[in-house]
Amino acid sequence: MGKENSKPLAILIICLGIFPIFVRSDYYLSIMIFIGINSIIVMGLSLLMGYAGQISLGHAAFFGIGAYCSGVLTVKFGFSVLSAFLSGILLSGVMAMAVAVPTLRLKGHYLAVATLGFGEIIYIVFNEFLDITGGPSGLSGIPYIDFWGYAFKEGIRYFCLVWGIAILLFIFALNVIHSRVGRALRAIHGSDVAAAAMGVNVSWFKVQVFALSAIYASVAGSLYAHFVTFISPPTFGLFVSILLLMMVVVGGGGSLWGALLGAGIVTILPEYLRPFKDFDVLVYGIILMVILLFMPEGLLKGLTVLLKWIRGKIASRQTVIGQGA
Amino acid sequence: MAIWDLSFKVMPGQIKSMIGPNGAGKTTLFNIITGIFPPTGGTVRFKGKMITGEKPHRIAKRGISRTFQTVELFGNMTVLENVMVGSHAKTRMGLLRSGLRLPGVKKEERCILEKALKRLNMVGLGHKGNEHASDLPLGEQKLIEVARALATDPELILLDEPAAGLNETEMIRMAEIIRKIREQGVTVLLVEHHMDLVMGISDEITVLNYGMKIAEGTPEEIKKDQKVIDAYLGEETEYD
Repeated sequence: MGKENSKPLAILIICLGIFPIFVRSDYYLSIMIFIGINSIIVMGLSLLMGYAGQISLGHAAFFGIGAYCSGVLTVKFGFSVLSAFLSGILLSGVMAMAVAVPTLRLKGHYLAVATLGFGEIIYIVFNEFLDITGGPSGLSGIPYIDFWGYAFKEGIRYFCLVWGIAILLFIFALNVIHSRVGRALRAIHGSDVAAAAMGVNVSWFKVQVFALSAIYASVAGSLYAHFVTFISPPTFGLFVSILLLMMVVVGGGGSLWGALLGAGIVTILPEYLRPFKDFDVLVYGIILMVILLFMPEGLLKGLTVLLKWIRGKIASRQTVIGQGA
Repeated sequence: MAIWDLSFKVMPGQIKSMIGPNGAGKTTLFNIITGIFPPTGGTVRFKGKMITGEKPHRIAKRGISRTFQTVELFGNMTVLENVMVGSHAKTRMGLLRSGLRLPGVKKEERCILEKALKRLNMVGLGHKGNEHASDLPLGEQKLIEVARALATDPELILLDEPAAGLNETEMIRMAEIIRKIREQGVTVLLVEHHMDLVMGISDEITVLNYGMKIAEGTPEEIKKDQKVIDAYLGEETEYD
């Protein structure tokens, strides 16, 4: 997964391990769980945007497919948690291929438009199929995850479950990036004509990455459903799709670490904006805009550059002081 | 229509050059052979099989590789990574296996790395592996493209104006490398304007004008061919 990633990853795992020991409040644990769930979606999106160079304007739909598959199949059809989860992944993957195969052959941003349409269609399905999804009133009573009596209800256990899965998926994504597949994807980004001339099946790779990002979103959706136990359509609509894009862009479009950062910031921010009452959405938008104005490559790159600049200033000040003495 | 009426053969182990004034259809020909667009008529055959209209990545897998007239390196990657992409055609590890980092993946990666280093050393750029491809001067970028094309382990390599933009020394180096390529048993088909290079290394030359073949033969024969001399009158060519 790339030598330069092992250390930061180890630090991340340690921090995550320590967190629930010191933080016992369910509220903060919930926030971290939501960040974890969002991170999973955003990792997949980051692969799609940063490496396949495609935009998905309807990714919340895959998040929803995972959530509703897990919810509906367990509540209404008595599926086990695991089989409902796997069904969600399968359905997401298949639908992603159905959208991507015809559109990715064409040159141009057809996939982006297709995902917009797809997102809307899925949203309508969630809203209209009252008997199955519960429609606008939503679906409740989603069971907790239960492995032979060990219930993942809330708090620390769910935190560990979500972040355990998130870390594994993160490592998977890192492995993909540092492999022949990752190079092929970057090659496509560099020059798709040359990539094809070297044997890279450009459209097929783009389809695969899109399907992978859909599967990641579906996993997150299932984890979400079993945590909140009640789901309704607005959580999986256009607004959320755009929010997900914001997480990728704000954090740093091309990098997985940026994706984590973006998911964290965008998820936490609204919690700190409560004092602004009705103006919270306005302030939220302004903050995101400001970040992008000053750090168009995302927070991760922006903060790294800032850090280097500060270090440079400190170093030059030290030499000046040294010379003075 | 860029090409009107053209039939020719390339024999294994040959270095064959296509020359002709600008607009004679040479790059179009390469694009047809490598599948970038299909011909409106006619066929392309490789080792007895019809490959007309096959997609570029399939043609690469068959053993035909190429370089580009305007250098098409992957500017966002290092020199070494560029050459490693060349191995893509003949390697297999896909998304799932790479993500899970199965043992076969590590082994394949090592092979890819070794092969890329070998090809880079062959063009004399082994020491520049970790540099950003876009930082290097044109002459070296063209060499990297050749190394990358060779990493596909081709049987036939198409060089599109390998000497364009090169100075005297660089051209001599390129000619050396083309000879080395032939020594390794790879057939070379090249398109070029620099007559020094063409006359110096070709076994056979085909001359195109207005999308048609007007002459074909050894460098000696072509130098004396009246039709060729006529075609080049009024054309700015570096003639020896």
